[in-house]
Amino acid sequence: MDLAFFSVQLLNGLQYGLLLFLIASGLTLIFGIMGIINLAHGAMYMIGAYLVYDLTMRLGNFWLAIVVAIPIAIALGLIIERLFLDTLYKRDHLYQVLLTFGMILVLNEVQRIIWGGNVHSVSVPAPFDSSIQLTSNLRYSVYRLFVMGVCLALAGVIYWIIRHTRLGIIIRAGAVNRDMVEGLGINVRTLFTLIFSAGVALTAFAGMIAAPLTSITPGMGDSILITCFVVVVIGGIGSIKGAFWGAIIIGMATTFGSVLIPSLASMVIYLIMAAVLLVKPRGLFA
Amino acid sequence: MLHRYPKRVAIIMLVLTALVATFPLWGEAAFGNQANFMLEKLTFMLILALFAMSLDLLVGVLGLVSLGHALFFGLGAYTLALASPDFSPASMWWMLPLVMGISACVGLLIGVLVIRTKGIFFIMTTLAFGQMLYYFVSTSRFAGGTDGVFIMFRPSLAIGESTLLDLDNPYSFFYFCLGMLLIGYLFLRWLTRSYFGQVLDGIHDNEHRMQALGYATGGYKLIAFVISGVMAAIAGMLAAMQYGFANPAQLGWHTSGEVLMMLILGGMGTIFGPILGAFAYEILLYLYEHATTHWPILMGLTIIVAVLVLPRGIAGLIIAPPWQRKRIMNAEAHETENAPATASAQPVTQSKED
Repeated sequence: MDLAFFSVQLLNGLQYGLLLFLIASGLTLIFGIMGIINLAHGAMYMIGAYLVYDLTMRLGNFWLAIVVAIPIAIALGLIIERLFLDTLYKRDHLYQVLLTFGMILVLNEVQRIIWGGNVHSVSVPAPFDSSIQLTSNLRYSVYRLFVMGVCLALAGVIYWIIRHTRLGIIIRAGAVNRDMVEGLGINVRTLFTLIFSAGVALTAFAGMIAAPLTSITPGMGDSILITCFVVVVIGGIGSIKGAFWGAIIIGMATTFGSVLIPSLASMVIYLIMAAVLLVKPRGLFA
Repeated sequence: MLHRYPKRVAIIMLVLTALVATFPLWGEAAFGNQANFMLEKLTFMLILALFAMSLDLLVGVLGLVSLGHALFFGLGAYTLALASPDFSPASMWWMLPLVMGISACVGLLIGVLVIRTKGIFFIMTTLAFGQMLYYFVSTSRFAGGTDGVFIMFRPSLAIGESTLLDLDNPYSFFYFCLGMLLIGYLFLRWLTRSYFGQVLDGIHDNEHRMQALGYATGGYKLIAFVISGVMAAIAGMLAAMQYGFANPAQLGWHTSGEVLMMLILGGMGTIFGPILGAFAYEILLYLYEHATTHWPILMGLTIIVAVLVLPRGIAGLIIAPPWQRKRIMNAEAHETENAPATASAQPVTQSKED
């Protein structure tokens, strides 16, 4: 493996990892603050991708499609939280697992009814549909660099909100002791709705910006969900920092795994997870 | 856990068992030329009931929610498929111990890792290990990749040269599966009422207290995990025998989700509930599939509604019918007042109605 090839893989791994972080951060926030395990999280990613595909077709502009799709995703999160999850906060994880599993079936089938079972794609949008010369023998897609930048910026924003704002203090306190936060007069109900909608929006947004990079298929939500579970387990449930480093580790492992040991590539991330569990059963950053 | 259920539970279960066991007598009259198809469906329901029941030991009795139980189901199926000779039937006398042995080893290996985790971590890690085997099998050449493996001959059950039970005959295979389910049921009933089962029950209620009492809870949980896995593997082997192939879908997490659904639909923690749940789930699935091509929507909505309005499943309805519920609920509210908030998902066995 020469240096140029290595660098490309490194960039790909980083880009995939950062994208995973967007999805996993939503998953880990929703669990850490609300105590809800959301299996339908992957379906939201899929819906984000399909929404942007559909809206790009209708509106003729990828950026416009994203602007329209984000409020739709937030609204979807709001509806689900208010209608279904509201009754589940006091119940065991088992019921949350089953309810969100039922939701996956419904959402996957709704997707099939609206958009069918075919594979779709979105072309890389206008200002970024080229590649640039990084070194003398290395070209890299500008859109991938753009995605990396957006993900990093969002990671920075999330970090800033959690560390340096009043909302962040409430979120951190809520992750430690929900009842105490409620006792101090914070409206936990509103906080939950906010967190869930934000989590769904993050995932759906990840699906939107990933749409030009991947093929849009009916099962895309399921596989990304399981990968994000691994990310969250490695990083420690509820920890944003853990989600970030877990996502980078998994992104790198997936990319280099499929190049170096193709026969075991699909298992590499699970082996990493098993190793982490052996050493730190609660994850690296919990 | 000396849970005594009202008499009607035993009566209903006995009547249903008799009804199922006599199907070959009345099946022809009820379904006409569809009878053979229905017998096949019924056999598969018995197998799924065994599968769902095995999960009850983990979820209902021990309180550990596994979302990777299909791993063992598929493992049983693949063990049978890969160990069967190509041109002659395998003998049940070594196939069954082989399936049990392999699943016990895998159960130990995975169990050692996952038993260290609790609650949501247990859910996620069991899911991840299930998917690990899924991807391993569906990308490996020796296991036929995504196509799976075909089984040319069903194993035979013979002593010397004389056949004990001809498993190729759909009727005898049906009774074979019914027998396995009954053995599994009696075993789990005995296990949950034994000293070992009482310790598991104690761990479910308060693991720290059990540790303080001097129990090595990890060992108990590990053994329960292995037993549950072995039973699921036997169910998987029977499923592979019935349809003649092992397929990666049997390992996937959708199968794990479905079996959890059967458990909750039937009523967890009761051992007999999951049997009802497996039947109910398969019957609903059959009806939905015939009603519309978009049946997953109906199934998904059924799951959502069942979780919201029927958290204790069919068994809960039988043990505590709605018209008697008020009294029971009062007794329970009194009981759970001092209990920690995590006790919200107690199995139906908690209802005091002796």
